[in-house]
Amino acid sequence: MRKNVKSKIAIVIALVASSWYLWPTYTFFTMTSEEKLVLEEEGSLNRLEDKALHLGLDLLGGMHMVLEIDQTGLTEDQATDALDRALEIIHNRVDQFGVREPVIQKQGEDQIVVQLPGVDQKRATTLIGQTAQLTFQLVKEVEEFNRIISTIDRELAISEGLIVDEPEEETADTTAADFLGMIGETDAVDVDEEHPLLSKLSSRYQGAVTVEERFIPYVSRVLADSTVQALIPPDVGLAWGRDLHTLGGKNYRQLYLLKAEPELYGSAIANAMVQIGTDMDLEAPNQPYVSLELNSRAGRRFADITGANVGRRLAIVLDGVLQSDPRINERIPGGNCRITLGNTAINEARDLAIVLRAGALPAPMRIIEQRSVGPALGRDSIVRGVRAMVIGIALVIIFMVFYYKKAGLIADLALLFNLVLLTAAMAGVGATLTLPGIAGIILTIGLAVDANVLIFERIREELASGKTVRAAIDTGYSRAFRTILDANLTTLITALVLLQFGTGPIKGFAITLSFGIIISMFTAIIVSRVIFDALAARRWAKGVSI
Amino acid sequence: MRFFKDPKYNFMGVRKYSFILSAVVLGVGIISLIAHGGPELSIDFLGGSMIQVKFDRAIPLGQVRSALAELDTLNLGSYDLQNFGSDDEILIRVAQFTSGESVGPIIESVLRENFPEATISIEREESVGPKIGQSLGRKALLAVFYSLLGILIYISWRFEFRFAVAAIIALFHDVLVTIGAFSIAGKEISLAVMAALLTIIGYSLNDTIVIFDRVRENRRVLRRSSFTEVINTSVNQSINRTINTSMTTLLVVLMLFIYGGGIIHDFAFALLVGVVVGTYSSTFIASPVLVEWQNRVAAKGKDKGR
Repeated sequence: MRKNVKSKIAIVIALVASSWYLWPTYTFFTMTSEEKLVLEEEGSLNRLEDKALHLGLDLLGGMHMVLEIDQTGLTEDQATDALDRALEIIHNRVDQFGVREPVIQKQGEDQIVVQLPGVDQKRATTLIGQTAQLTFQLVKEVEEFNRIISTIDRELAISEGLIVDEPEEETADTTAADFLGMIGETDAVDVDEEHPLLSKLSSRYQGAVTVEERFIPYVSRVLADSTVQALIPPDVGLAWGRDLHTLGGKNYRQLYLLKAEPELYGSAIANAMVQIGTDMDLEAPNQPYVSLELNSRAGRRFADITGANVGRRLAIVLDGVLQSDPRINERIPGGNCRITLGNTAINEARDLAIVLRAGALPAPMRIIEQRSVGPALGRDSIVRGVRAMVIGIALVIIFMVFYYKKAGLIADLALLFNLVLLTAAMAGVGATLTLPGIAGIILTIGLAVDANVLIFERIREELASGKTVRAAIDTGYSRAFRTILDANLTTLITALVLLQFGTGPIKGFAITLSFGIIISMFTAIIVSRVIFDALAARRWAKGVSI
Repeated sequence: MRFFKDPKYNFMGVRKYSFILSAVVLGVGIISLIAHGGPELSIDFLGGSMIQVKFDRAIPLGQVRSALAELDTLNLGSYDLQNFGSDDEILIRVAQFTSGESVGPIIESVLRENFPEATISIEREESVGPKIGQSLGRKALLAVFYSLLGILIYISWRFEFRFAVAAIIALFHDVLVTIGAFSIAGKEISLAVMAALLTIIGYSLNDTIVIFDRVRENRRVLRRSSFTEVINTSVNQSINRTINTSMTTLLVVLMLFIYGGGIIHDFAFALLVGVVVGTYSSTFIASPVLVEWQNRVAAKGKDKGR
């Protein structure tokens, strides 16, 4: 038949294109793990995965974060610059972490969106959110520390109104560190009037100033008080130790007095690597640690510092928390040192090394939004979504045949073709399928059917008014076309608005819906028409089964 | 097979009753909203954290609640718990959002301490800062506003202004009823639900336009009939198609609702309510509004003319 040549060509092209775009999806999702390994070694697994349908985080499992840069103390220009650098640094960190298909993008003026499929949420949060500012600072002698403590005590004992009550608003930056310090806290800390500070300190551990765990919040508050702050000389600063030491059934944390001005900064590090100490290693036997390699200029300076300060301790401080304070036994010319982590999992060492290699964030970043889905839940969601879809489709197919008989079958064919085309289009464009997106597909089923229903009802009407089969089909289609256009276009408007304003899963839904509407118009009008005509031409000169 | 063989119902004649029905339904919804102090918003808009915890056995909420009492010192604000889907999954919602540290690990460790024999896993966690929560809320409202605007313009262009107004009134009706339904059912409105609402707008519109299209066509064909008669005829002619499409869409959405799983559940609920109400509103709200408009305008015209 001459008729519909263009339409037929269009359909064939669509079918071929669909197969082409869907083939990677099919292969990727039906491959066994062994086959995947083979491809991974060849290096082509990523490319295949790229071409297959992308699954959203809510289906794959993974994490979505939005970070905001803390602009205090920065000018506009500095802030923009800081954001760009932060973007780069985070990119670096994530690259080293080894995530498949991460998404790291700027959002607005001061935000960064990070999406990491399939990662452990705890690790990822620390890895990315950490400022990671590293400094090397000399530790002050205990005598100087004691002197300062006495001064503080004297001052506090004189003035009334000690900080015994709750601090005013907890700031939004309550950290887990604070929390750890607060478990088991009793608000009723007896305040020793003569030695408000000293009484809460001890020197149980290696002669350093330590604080029993339950007093840590109290001591922190005392030290944070502005009167106390004024008593601390500007050339020194305080830092807590990272580790909690257990002695005699109680836990202690160390408090250090450091020289305020750092000897070296994180920029001094040329490389950071994870090593595992041997059995005989004094500091880290059979434990992982991070070995730091300084660049040549820093290395020389390091040699000078160590040479000039033999016998003293050099603290390595990360984001204000002391990691380790090895004693300088001799001048160290090599520019190598290490951060010991105690008995931790190797991942901690790895992550620290990553963060040190990538560099410190130029400004602190706050996490303002975070969503993570475990992979188990993701898989579960896929299974349920697909099941709902399959059952829905089956019901619709049955219903259509019931109601419109053979014509219903035609509509069903168009529907299936519709879905194939939709999935192919999404895979081809690289769109991401989310759980709401599956809902969008399901909705598209309803819309696709609707278009056909409009046409069939028209055809029925035309037949009822006495037209011939051929004429009825013709008028049916042309009359219905305008209705379909108007109706679907308005739904499309809302879908496009959603696309514009939505993020993440919502966007996935909007994309699926938009594609779905357009494709359903195509299949309803062109595809079913072609099938109809083909059948009408051959057998149904007499009547049409509708 | 047909639903109605040759429908000739006087839909417009019963419009008073449909208005009353809608008023009642809306009224119930609004009362519920007032009683609850507004719609129940999820953390997407209010900020806060939400953790979905899965135990390997059913654990009474009361026990979990007392276990979490330890966290009071953290000033996390109010929290509430509910079962999610099944007895061994619990949704914990915490009002406060702690920047930089996710609440999940903390809650996990407290739970592990208190329920050492149970296997606990965190299935899902979401934290939204208050600022971004507000901005998401604003964006959502803007989205609704812009789509309504777009619809108004498009329909005014393709049909007439009064058609657009009638359509938008029907849409407002649909959205309000759905929000009311959520309030009555005690369900939260999240970003996904907002997306569902927008979809309902699109879908209800679809329906309404099919009828309007008929009206447009019939006005040309049935020049002798009054406006009301034309609308009645158009609605009757469309009734089979309307029910048909609603049925099929409803079938699929129902499958989503039943089989879709916990996360999709509220989303599907919104769609379910929306499809039903949307279909109803095209026939019983949008069209009658047109008739009313016509009558008022015609009445005014008569007065003006004299």
